[in-house]
Amino acid sequence: MRIDSIDKLNRWREECRDNLGAHKKKIMVCLGPGCLAGGSDEILEEFIKVVSDRKIKGVSVEAVKKTGCHGLCARGPLVVIEPEGIFYSKVKKAHVADIVDKTVVKGELIDKLLYADETSGEKIVDYRKIPFYARQKKIALRNVGQIDPDSLEDYVARDGYAALARVLTGMKPQEVIDAVTASGLRGRGGGGFPAGRKWATCAKIDSDVRYVLCNGDEGDPGAFMDRCIMEGDPHTVLEGMIICAYAVGSGQGYIYVREEYPLAVINLQKAIEAARECGLLGENILGTGFSFDIGISRGGGAFVCGESSALMKSVAGEIGEPRAKYIRSVVRGLHDKPTVLNNVESYANVPVIIDRGAEWFASIGTEKSTGTKAFSLAGKVNNTGLIEVPMGITLREIIYDIGGGIQGGREFKAVQTGGPSGGCLPAEKLDLSVDFDTLTEAGSMMGSGGMIVMDDRTCMVDVARYFLKFLVDESCGKCVPCREGLFQLHRMCERICEGRAEEKDLAIMRDLSEVIHRASLCGLGQSGPNPFLSTVMYFEDEYLAHIRDRKCPGKVCRELITYDINDKCTGCLACISVCPVDAITGEKKKKHVLNQDLCTKCGSCYAVCTYDAIDIE
Amino acid sequence: MLLAVIRRQGIDIPALCHHEAIEPTGNCRLCTVEITRENWGGWKKYVTSCLYPVEEGLIVNTHSEPVMQIRRTILDLQLANCPNAELIQELAAEYGIHETSYEKQPEGDNCIMCYACTRICEVLGCSAISPVNRGHDKVISGPFGEAPPDCIGCLACAQICPTDVIPWSDKDGVRTIWDKKFDLVACKKCGKTIITREFADFLIERRKLPREYFNICDDCKRQELADKMGGIISQAEEAAL
Repeated sequence: MRIDSIDKLNRWREECRDNLGAHKKKIMVCLGPGCLAGGSDEILEEFIKVVSDRKIKGVSVEAVKKTGCHGLCARGPLVVIEPEGIFYSKVKKAHVADIVDKTVVKGELIDKLLYADETSGEKIVDYRKIPFYARQKKIALRNVGQIDPDSLEDYVARDGYAALARVLTGMKPQEVIDAVTASGLRGRGGGGFPAGRKWATCAKIDSDVRYVLCNGDEGDPGAFMDRCIMEGDPHTVLEGMIICAYAVGSGQGYIYVREEYPLAVINLQKAIEAARECGLLGENILGTGFSFDIGISRGGGAFVCGESSALMKSVAGEIGEPRAKYIRSVVRGLHDKPTVLNNVESYANVPVIIDRGAEWFASIGTEKSTGTKAFSLAGKVNNTGLIEVPMGITLREIIYDIGGGIQGGREFKAVQTGGPSGGCLPAEKLDLSVDFDTLTEAGSMMGSGGMIVMDDRTCMVDVARYFLKFLVDESCGKCVPCREGLFQLHRMCERICEGRAEEKDLAIMRDLSEVIHRASLCGLGQSGPNPFLSTVMYFEDEYLAHIRDRKCPGKVCRELITYDINDKCTGCLACISVCPVDAITGEKKKKHVLNQDLCTKCGSCYAVCTYDAIDIE
Repeated sequence: MLLAVIRRQGIDIPALCHHEAIEPTGNCRLCTVEITRENWGGWKKYVTSCLYPVEEGLIVNTHSEPVMQIRRTILDLQLANCPNAELIQELAAEYGIHETSYEKQPEGDNCIMCYACTRICEVLGCSAISPVNRGHDKVISGPFGEAPPDCIGCLACAQICPTDVIPWSDKDGVRTIWDKKFDLVACKKCGKTIITREFADFLIERRKLPREYFNICDDCKRQELADKMGGIISQAEEAAL
């Protein structure tokens, strides 16, 4: 069906809403990355099979819906029964028949699948009342986990393409730019550059061709926000891009997605085809005479290709290496033409800004960081998952209220934000406001939204070593300070972890960091020393303990720790059976003995001991 | 670009990846300078002069302490990476570095990754070699680490290389470079080898040279010309008599 007028779109929207029916039963199965890893695709199939077998009155197979990431990955696989919002966690294939027979048919709850509060143990039925969800505010993620990503009807029913219709019929390009500028939307990819200003610059340049690009090259370890948007709500990305294209006067756009996100590529492709078929993309969009098309450009997964100039080279089929941006890519970008490049999450905000108004958007968050920010909450926090929070919320609220605190009741040590180029913030910074400028001032950065929480069993030198290694591997290798400088910085960090460093090395590392920051060609190199700089800023004691005392306070660095068995040992043989080098000997019900000469410090005994009988010194 | 103006003023700043024949890329970072403007309120920026456009009112400091610190550190890092490259040793010594402060790379091959070779290859129209891999594992190579199929054995890469790190040889009428062997065209007069067959064909085709251009070598061509000129002169002398 081709939607060639706004009226037709509005009529179709009513139809879509009627078909979906807010009152009707729906079984929503989360197929986000976390739940999928837990086998939710099989659960979905089972639901379809059971529902079609049972022939329940009023509940057809269409009631079973797959969705993108619902958010609370730690409790996956997740199933939500709508309209009540009944939230079942850790669902297994074997539970499916029960859920259909009891909950869907009779309206009974299955107690063991309900969410239990971390502290009180109280069961919560409606997911909207679970603190993890209750404290969030969803704009960019508004549809993720709520609709079937393959269904254009689902998207349209939830006001999809309404903003586009309004823009194409009632707004001049400059008015769109003004609205985005007034909303205060800043780039969600990490830089935080005002999107409106970028669009305005691009629109002003005299050129026959302009491009609109979407950066879906999310590469930070532990980050999956953009992935979840592309997989769970691909049409919002398209709509945001089309609106941008209209505003800047572009006829062609590309979404750059990494090959490691196969589902994102598939879902985006399906969405592009569906939108083209309906006349929402391509020639003469919605019969208004405006034409714009989008192609997908698949990347090989190089971290550096998330950098704008490298990304554009990669899209053009060249080697993905950054160039000096003394002339910015908005002026001379893809194929040397003016190019707007925004991140997935930035585009996902655009339709809502148009729909609900720039003023409404600007009223959320802080003065200079408006709106919300999506984060992937990972690490040693109870509720790992995908979240979206208003800017200006504190780290403490994210980690303790939404995240449910630290796993196993352990102590918080640091939170890493901003990906490899970001930094680690300690406990005394927990009350910082989460916005672009405050995080940068504190020595970290917003970045694209990865947030890794660390507990007291983390070694901060080891963390710096890990992230530096990542950057050494992901540096494009073109310019010397980044290629050789980060390589040497990582080597020195390794020497500290191995207890082979001297105190003067810290000064060399600081000087080297400054040069890498100043002299590198692109953002990757310039922010490359951050893992070291931010950890040494807040955890210098830990560095000194490694260097002066040859001790690792986090008890992580192998060369600096020893394992031993204490008197709590009950002689259960568990450690003996897992030790890969037979370093532990002993008999049943007698205290075991660890031979230090054989021990490789792999930590297997510590992991299996349930009696707290393994000491690490 | 700024570097040209700086050099025109007779100010000596190093630039290892820069060459008049090729587009600048800013790999070596040694030509970094400090820039500011009257209205920047003391704010300074560090840019590579080979890539920075010349602008009215720009205040450039080519030897400020932070700039010198950048150059020293880069040379120190290069010295660790290519401990045996003479050019690096000499330049580092000029900046007071005789021994690297960093861990020396035993497997270092003296390549400073300036891309001069790949850029000149591209300019010539072959693009036979390119940088491959990432980060510290980056090397210059033909596709898939094999002898580059598009290489014509012209030696431009070896000649432009500032650290002289690209091995090649001419022996028994055969040139070897990038693990590829080329038959050399010999001068029909003196027998001296002139050029690879592939390079000759490339020039005949692209530069529209006559097919017989490489039949004899430049020396013999000169000799022929001299003989001819001599003939004309003696004829003229005879006629005058």
